[in-house]
Amino acid sequence: MRPFAYLRPADAPSAVTASAERPNTMYLAGGTNLVDLMRLGVVSPEVLVDVSRLSADAVEEGPDGTLTIGAGVRNSDLAADPLVRRRHPMLAQSVLAGASGQIRNMATVGGNLLQRTRCSYFQDVTKPCNKRLPGTGCPAREGDHRNLAILGHSESCVATHPSDMAVALTALGAIVHVRGADGPRTVPMPGLHRLPGDEPERDTVLDPGDLITAVEVPPLPFAARSRYRKVRDRASFAFAVVSVAVALDVADGVVRDCRIALGGVAHVPWRAETAEAALRGSAATEAGFADAVDAELAAARPLPDNAFKVPLARNVLVRTLIDLAEAS
Amino acid sequence: MSTTTTPPTTLPAREATPYVGSALDRVEGLEKVTGQARYAFEYSPDDLAYAVPVQATVARGKIRTVDVDAAVKLPGVIAAIWHGNAPRLAPPENAELAVLQSREVAYRGQYVAVVVAETLENAREAARLLRVDYQVEEHDVELRADHPEMYRPERVNPAYPADTEQGEPDAALAEAQVVVDEIYSTPAEHNNPMEPHATVAVWDGDGLTLYDSTQGASSVRDTVAPLFGLPPGNVRVVSPHVGGGFGSKGMPLSPVVLAALAAKHAGRPVKLAVTRQQMFAVTGYRTPTIQRVRLGADTEGRLSVIVHDAFEQSSRIREFAEQTATPTRMMYAAPNRRTTHRLVRLDVPTPSWMRAPGETPGMFALESALDELAVACGVDPVELRVRNEPDADPESGLPFSSRNLVACLREGARRFGWAERDPAPGIRRRDGLLVGTGVAASTYPVYRVPSRATARAEWDGTFSVRIAATDIGTGARTVLTQIAADTLRASPERISVEIGDSALPDASVAGGSMGTASWGTAVVRACEALTEELDRRGGEVPEEGLEVSADTAREVGAKRRFAQHAFGAQFAEVGVDPDTGETRVLRLLGVFAAGRIVNPKTARSQFIGGMTMGLSMALFEESVMDREFGDYLNHDFAQYHIAACADVRDVEAVWIEEDDPHLNPMGAKGIGEIGIVGTAAAVANAVYHATGVRVRDLPIRLDRLVR
Repeated sequence: MRPFAYLRPADAPSAVTASAERPNTMYLAGGTNLVDLMRLGVVSPEVLVDVSRLSADAVEEGPDGTLTIGAGVRNSDLAADPLVRRRHPMLAQSVLAGASGQIRNMATVGGNLLQRTRCSYFQDVTKPCNKRLPGTGCPAREGDHRNLAILGHSESCVATHPSDMAVALTALGAIVHVRGADGPRTVPMPGLHRLPGDEPERDTVLDPGDLITAVEVPPLPFAARSRYRKVRDRASFAFAVVSVAVALDVADGVVRDCRIALGGVAHVPWRAETAEAALRGSAATEAGFADAVDAELAAARPLPDNAFKVPLARNVLVRTLIDLAEAS
Repeated sequence: MSTTTTPPTTLPAREATPYVGSALDRVEGLEKVTGQARYAFEYSPDDLAYAVPVQATVARGKIRTVDVDAAVKLPGVIAAIWHGNAPRLAPPENAELAVLQSREVAYRGQYVAVVVAETLENAREAARLLRVDYQVEEHDVELRADHPEMYRPERVNPAYPADTEQGEPDAALAEAQVVVDEIYSTPAEHNNPMEPHATVAVWDGDGLTLYDSTQGASSVRDTVAPLFGLPPGNVRVVSPHVGGGFGSKGMPLSPVVLAALAAKHAGRPVKLAVTRQQMFAVTGYRTPTIQRVRLGADTEGRLSVIVHDAFEQSSRIREFAEQTATPTRMMYAAPNRRTTHRLVRLDVPTPSWMRAPGETPGMFALESALDELAVACGVDPVELRVRNEPDADPESGLPFSSRNLVACLREGARRFGWAERDPAPGIRRRDGLLVGTGVAASTYPVYRVPSRATARAEWDGTFSVRIAATDIGTGARTVLTQIAADTLRASPERISVEIGDSALPDASVAGGSMGTASWGTAVVRACEALTEELDRRGGEVPEEGLEVSADTAREVGAKRRFAQHAFGAQFAEVGVDPDTGETRVLRLLGVFAAGRIVNPKTARSQFIGGMTMGLSMALFEESVMDREFGDYLNHDFAQYHIAACADVRDVEAVWIEEDDPHLNPMGAKGIGEIGIVGTAAAVANAVYHATGVRVRDLPIRLDRLVR
């Protein structure tokens, strides 16, 4: 077998120190993605630093209503949290839309944000992949890309980010708490994940050794009316073909505010800022929604076999906006 | 043992309620749910080592060099075996079995080496470190109907003529008032039984024992023995419990040979487990098909002509020609008919049997075309099928010994609420979904092949029945117990049915939906002979027991005077999201006529299991060929979608009892496969009714419906 060291530090600072002291170190939390990747030979860490027992496993409410979610909170606990369900239904819905019950019981919030793409070529070590082995090429552009990106991709990579939860957190403008070699800092969402450009091996802006310790969700009262709608090839246990996280604030037939993010369309959970800007202050009508969504998707550059994602994203986003507006 | 002189065994009068037809619980159920039932991988003989294969990373070429240095230097590595040092095998009929015998690579994923080590982990790592260098040749992995190398195979599986023709189909098409002429396609699909293939191979001198996950112990023995130059008697195959196969364990394939070869070379018992990913290359799959169906009819929907042309693929090293168009030869009446099969050999893995090979893809095309004809003629699709019911087998002219397709259609229509159906497509909404219903017919031939069995009475009043049959989860052991119980006039508790071992009397493979008919006949004949012998002895069992045997070769080989097939009708209701094209099957009803149902409990599982697999085929299953690399790309369960529980909402199977005296002593037709036949067409026809969009290419993915 391929030997690796296994460390179980007592707290986050010692985890970061342990990681900094050794090369080729990875953090292990739920292991639902990392262990698969190790078995496939996609990653071969020499050291695993187990952060699953660190104390950050609670959802706490701040005085201003901010929710701080510990990085170690299990996906199933996050989805079941009464505050999350009441204030940010789309966040609970997004988590429940992902994976299976067994996996959600293991997977953590920090790990969910950092999961890797499920692009077939990335996961198959017998084939080239710029994300796995920079410079080897991207067979997906000419090969199988039905479920890959339509927005923000590059010549070197057309992968999508697989997380559902991250889509809702991106819409909510979550703030990721990170501890690195230089101490703690925060990274806003969107902003944690990055477009592939010519460095597709970097999924996020984090540096090696950075540890996510918590995710902060600022108060957003109108997100109490929000929805996560995931389109998938089967009814359960499938990654999103396209997903949308939408919070909508409508009064007197006018959109006062909204938050929109798309999943399954890009290397990042895609915050639809163009659509949001177009919607704010506009009439809450199907035509208005369609115009705003079209403005967002004008940037789409689909590949031959995933062009269907453009009308699909448009339809599901417009439908979700209509449903939320009708519920107001 | 007691020394009493009065033997306890006397045969009671036949019980009022026979066991055949009763819902006997699975006889090995307790063993299975308590983990006592042992599967191939769970045998661990002393001194066991682990084998991990290395697969080709090119689709076509020659192995130039194999570098095993790094691999064999790892601690615990016993051997690295490749074509340069592998034991020589006698040339097999199926070239797939000539593992590690040449430097030729016929498809990506083919086994090119194997590493044996003390632990699975070390074997895996050593296999990763082994380096194979290839002389790469250009590959061709794309099935096209106009491929220049398309040819007509001599026969299609198992032994049907490739082409048939009656009347003047071209002239009839030219004259027909209504013509449907469409092309349908089905993708490659992979068998995925819960238990992947696994073998534990143990050599003892010139004797070989294989603990193998197989659908046929006798056939594995007969295939493997000559490869190693052994008489069949030197090889024993043990497979008491098998976690599914769907045909992929029906014919011995490369993994079992590789395990035996590795054990021989290493001089150690070897355990080889095929991984789920490897199954997408080495254990067979359903060929993709391209099918052109032409129907000609009058305006009332009465068929004058049916033409069905099928295009399929096989590998370079083995011809497997699936019988896609054969159901079209016997389903419906039409004076003019032609069916053809064309095959192209590509640099792809070898296709093989997958649940109802032939009928499953073929009936998707035929039953979709029938629905299109119903729409074109404005005739109800149930009525259309009834109108085209033949009086006798259209191909052979033989009478059907029983044919209850019409009864299945009528009963299904009644139960499903078909009468209220408005045929107009795309007009019904419920809970925001477009809703529609569809119907399709099912069929599967009645096969039966020779088997042997022994029946034995013990002095203590118990019986044992021995036959090298296989229970791949179907309930075979249970139904054979019921069949033996009725013939012996004894309760099932007194009967032990021993199966799953090639040391038992030879039996046919668990495939072709013929297990109950083939094995059951042998069991009945053995038990009848034992009963007669006991009767002659006044019911006395000698202290050493009494054993008789039966061989059904002559009985089964007799010429058939009837056409024999099982039939069914499947009804589907689907809901399609108008925004996303997501399709969900809301209801599925199957009505089957398959002779006498031996065990309603296990039979129901077979029917609804087949229908669920058919639902999965309709909406999800698709092995994606990577044109650049030449392998099936989506080789795991995250990527190759099979139906999840949430997709299977309301699946119901019922049956019409048939009393057909011409089948076999049980009066049973096979039920293992018919459940998957027709399901995909019923779903596709329902999708058309829901949306107005005719999907002719499976699976019915959302991107084929989103607008």
